[in-house]
Parts: sequence; structure tokens; C-alpha cells
Amino acid sequence: MDTDALFMCLSSSACAATQISTAFIIGMLLFLVASGLSLIFGVLNVTNFAHGGLYMLGAYFALSTFEVTGNFWAALVVAALATGVVGIILERLVISRIYGADLLMQLLVCYALTLIMDDAVRFIYGSEYKMMGMPQVFDLPPVAIAGGFVPSYYLFMIGASAVAGLALWFVINRTRFGKVVRALAINPKMVSALGINTTLLYAAVFGVGSGLAGLAGGLAAPIRTLTPGMGLSFLLDSFIIIVIGGMGSIGGAFVASILVGFIKAFGAIGFPLFTDGLMFVIMAIVLILKPQGLFGERSAL
Amino acid sequence: MISSLATNIGLAVLGIAAFAILPSIFPGAAVIDFIIYVAAYGLLAMSLNMLVGLTGLVAFGHAIFFAFGAYSFGLLMQSGSVSIPAAVLLTVVGSALLAAITGAICVRLKDVYFSFITLAFQMVFYSIILTWVGLTGGDQGLLGGIPKPVFMGIDLTNGYTQYLFCITLFMVCAAIMRQVWQSPFGYTLRLIRDNATRADFLGVNVFAMKLAVFVLSGAMASVGGIILALFVSGAYPEFAFWTTSGDAIFALMLGGTKLFLGPLFGAFLLELIEHFVRAHTEYQNFVLGIVILLIVLGLKRGIADHLYDLAVKLRKRDRKPVAVTKLAEAPDA
Repeated sequence: MDTDALFMCLSSSACAATQISTAFIIGMLLFLVASGLSLIFGVLNVTNFAHGGLYMLGAYFALSTFEVTGNFWAALVVAALATGVVGIILERLVISRIYGADLLMQLLVCYALTLIMDDAVRFIYGSEYKMMGMPQVFDLPPVAIAGGFVPSYYLFMIGASAVAGLALWFVINRTRFGKVVRALAINPKMVSALGINTTLLYAAVFGVGSGLAGLAGGLAAPIRTLTPGMGLSFLLDSFIIIVIGGMGSIGGAFVASILVGFIKAFGAIGFPLFTDGLMFVIMAIVLILKPQGLFGERSAL
Repeated sequence: MISSLATNIGLAVLGIAAFAILPSIFPGAAVIDFIIYVAAYGLLAMSLNMLVGLTGLVAFGHAIFFAFGAYSFGLLMQSGSVSIPAAVLLTVVGSALLAAITGAICVRLKDVYFSFITLAFQMVFYSIILTWVGLTGGDQGLLGGIPKPVFMGIDLTNGYTQYLFCITLFMVCAAIMRQVWQSPFGYTLRLIRDNATRADFLGVNVFAMKLAVFVLSGAMASVGGIILALFVSGAYPEFAFWTTSGDAIFALMLGGTKLFLGPLFGAFLLELIEHFVRAHTEYQNFVLGIVILLIVLGLKRGIADHLYDLAVKLRKRDRKPVAVTKLAEAPDA
């Protein structure tokens, strides 16, 4: 524990500004992953433990595309779309067989998928760390905010995640497709009886959730080292988030993501080794006081 | 009651005797090592099955007790002031206390929330191990070896003696758990698993029963940790990482949760698969993943459960009376 360092940082506006921007980056990336997870849980009622693997795939898809084309925007689009397609394939081949199965079975199937994805990546890319590097588009001087310097790519990431989150919110709450999806979450039989192809819809929702994870991976690729198994810590964090925020609640996922972002950014200074422990402490407290999470109602998205 | 207790003690003694002569049939350290590994992880899986298979509580943080056992035993022995039996006893009591405290909070929650909170406790424990470097050695693990002073003329520095000691610990725990598995308490737990509301209605204190099995299960898992700590002469943070719990759950699924020995069979298969796959490819997780998918999606239950169901079906063909087969079909025989 180094509370002195934490106080020093909080009292210096430069340090505080840097850490707050870090908090938002971590938080917004986690939000993309967690909102997909939450969407899948809310609609399909599947606890997708393989979601971290999809985030990892997104990062590697971005890396490969960037190496081939040198175009960051293409890398981002491919990361999101290709991961979405992988998600749809996984849903059709594997996940669709465990709808309504007990938790243990869902856990194991997803655990197996994670193991397979990790080793597949290790087979193709090798097990050493990979770096994508900052694309030239963002070779700009850092932006000064309140005495602290924030790389411009960070600002782009925060903005891009926010746009993706808003788009998801808009689609779910304001479009016909969203209305059907929300109905599907509550009463799949009724939706099916209305002549809507629910099989297709389930696959689409899983694809969208996976695509969000892939987008997060693509956005993270320039600033993180890529390694097989990189999805694991992200997965645990996303689970903390949807438990704190309430499973199936996108708004809750947002609030909890930012909270976790702050814990991670400032915890790295104050108590570097116990940051993860602290998140689990908070998750345990929330579970004890409000088992359905801060914003969870479990009924609708 | 008494006869089943006698049977369980008898089976345990038989088991110890069988394993005592095994090394003379299969000489070589590898066999002994393999058996000790299976005993340690098998105990973890069997104790977890007291929660999952018997009570319907899917705990995802059971390795907390496994790791607590390893670290507590290792630290007690390194302190140099206690004998091995005293350290074992203190560790079991300590993990029972830990289980009582965490369990009092956990068992109030249901379904996936129970899984998450057990995971949370385990990960907090994992973080404490990483953070408290002065006591636990942080991510390096408990180094310096675990001293094994002679007690009652038993010298655990001898490989075969240590093997016998581990097998004895295992058999004692297995006998205790089998006794509980067959006891009225065990049947109360099955009732809670199948219909907690009805159990409550019949006057069962569901909370107390769940807590009791949680404490028992935690204490038994810690003995698995003790065995492993003795064997590797140390303790590592990975013992408390969530993948250790994941492996235990996988052993349950692989072996099956219906039969008392199912999880042990699963742990055995898991070690075997890892052993052989590792020898042939470095992509063992890939193979493991495929095996899990095939078993879970193909059989939809553990291998031991599958064999059991097959045996029941065969017996049904032999015997006609419907009532008898109905009884035989009842789960948890």
C-alpha cells in the first residue's frame, strides 16, 4: 500500500488528469466488452465465459490487417466484423446447443472455447508478445488537459467507444430491431409465434456482442501488448462489471465500467498489487447488499 | 448407520493397503508422483462435489481452501514450532473457520450469484497472496522448501513413507465424505438441491445445512492442498487462481457428479490426458478444449455417470419388476 503516492497524485492536477484519462480508457474498453457480454446474457441467457477470447481475437485480427494493409481504419473495421462473424459461427456450432443448459455446462463449453481460441492464436502467431505500434494517423502531439498530457489516441479511443456504446443503446431502445430483441429477451416463444426467425435473431445478437468485443480488441491493439490469453483478465473484469452493474443492464455496465476504470487507474498508484483484489472486494460487497447488481432488474435490457 | 461407518472405515483401510503395495507392482517414481497428484486434485474435486453434486451449489472459488491448506501447512511447518500432525490439524481447523466465515455470506446467494461470490472470495485471497510478499513470497510462492521433521517415528523425507502418508490422509477424508454422502444429512442436502422450498417447508434449516456442508467441503479441500504442498515442498499463488477451480469443475464434469467416486475418476482422467497430451504436443489446451466439447456436447454428462446409466439400463433388461428398476434409476446410488 502506498497511500502517500495516491495522495500526491490526487493533489497534483497533472497527475490526476493523466490518471483520469487512463481511467476512462480502461473503463470505455471494458464497457465495450461488458456491454456485449451483458447483451448476450440478457437476450440469450448464456453466461458467455468465452467473451475474453473474442476480445483477444479482435486484437489479433486488427494486428494482421494492419500488418498487411497498413491502414488502421481497415484494421478496426476488420477486427469488429471478423470477430462478429466468428461469434456467429460459434453460436451456430456450439453455443446454440447449450441454450437452457445448466450453468456448469455453459461454463465448461465456454471454458473449452477459450482454451481452443488461445491455443489457435498461439499456433498461428506464436506465444511471444506482439506489438502493433501506434498508427501514423495518431502520430500527433499529446493534448494538454489541466496540466497533464494525454495522447491523442486515448481521446480517440474514448470517443470511439462512446460512439459505439451510444449506437448500441440507440439500436436497442429506438429501433424496430431493438424492440424485437428486447421482446426476445422476455418472451422468445411469443416472438417466434409472431413469425420472426428467432434462430437468426439469436445468432445476430451473439454476433453483435462478439463484434463489440472485437472492436474493443481492435481499439486496444495499438496500446497493449498482444499475447494468447490476454482475454482472460479482461473477461474477469467484464464479469465484475456486469455483476456490479446488474446482469443484462447496459446502463449499469457503463457505470460499473467507469468505476472499475477508476479503481484500476488510481489503484495502480496507491496499491499496485491489490488492485484486482479491491475490485473483487467491491463486487462481493455489491453481491451481499444487492445481489441483482446496482441497476439490475433482470427483466429487460 | 454403524454398519455403513464400519464399511467406510474398512474400504479406507483396504484402499490404503492396495495403494501401499502398488509401488512394488509398478516400480518407478513416476507412478507414485502421478498417484499423489491425483490424490491431491481428486480430493479437491471430491470435496467440491459435496457442494455441486450433492447440494446443487456451483462453487467457482473452491480452490481458495485448497490454496489455504497448502499455504497454511507450509507456513506452519516453516515456522518450525509445530509437528506435522499438529500442522495438519491446525490447517484443517483454520480452513473450516475460513469456510464458516465466507460460507455464511456465500450460501445466502443463489445460482450464478453464488458462483460469482465464491469466485470473488477466491480472487481476493489470490490478491492477498500476491500482495503479502513478506509472508507468502508473493508471485514467487512459498520458497525454501517445507521442513519435514520426524514424528512418531515416521520420516516423511523418505519418498515411500510420504506417499503412504498422503494416501492415508486421502483415504481418511474420502471415508469421512462417503459417510456424509450416505448419511441422513446427505439426503437432506439432496432434498435441498432438488427442492429447497420443500425442504424449508418440512422444517429443514436450509441455511444451516448449506453452511455445514460448505464448512465440511472447505476443510476437506484444504487436505488436498496439504498433500500437494507436502509433495512439491512449497505453495504457489496458482493454487488460488481461478483456473485451479476451473480444473476441479472440469474433473467433476469429466467424471460425473452422481457417483461418489465420479470426481476422482475425472481428476484421474484429467491428469492422464494432460500427461499424455503434453508429451505429444505443446498445444495441450487445444486438445483439452476439444475433449471437453465432445464430452459436454456429446455425452451431456460425466463418463462415470454415463457408465452408471448404462449399467442401470443393462440391469433393467435382466430384471423385470418395474418397481425395482425405478428404485435403481433413482440418482445418487
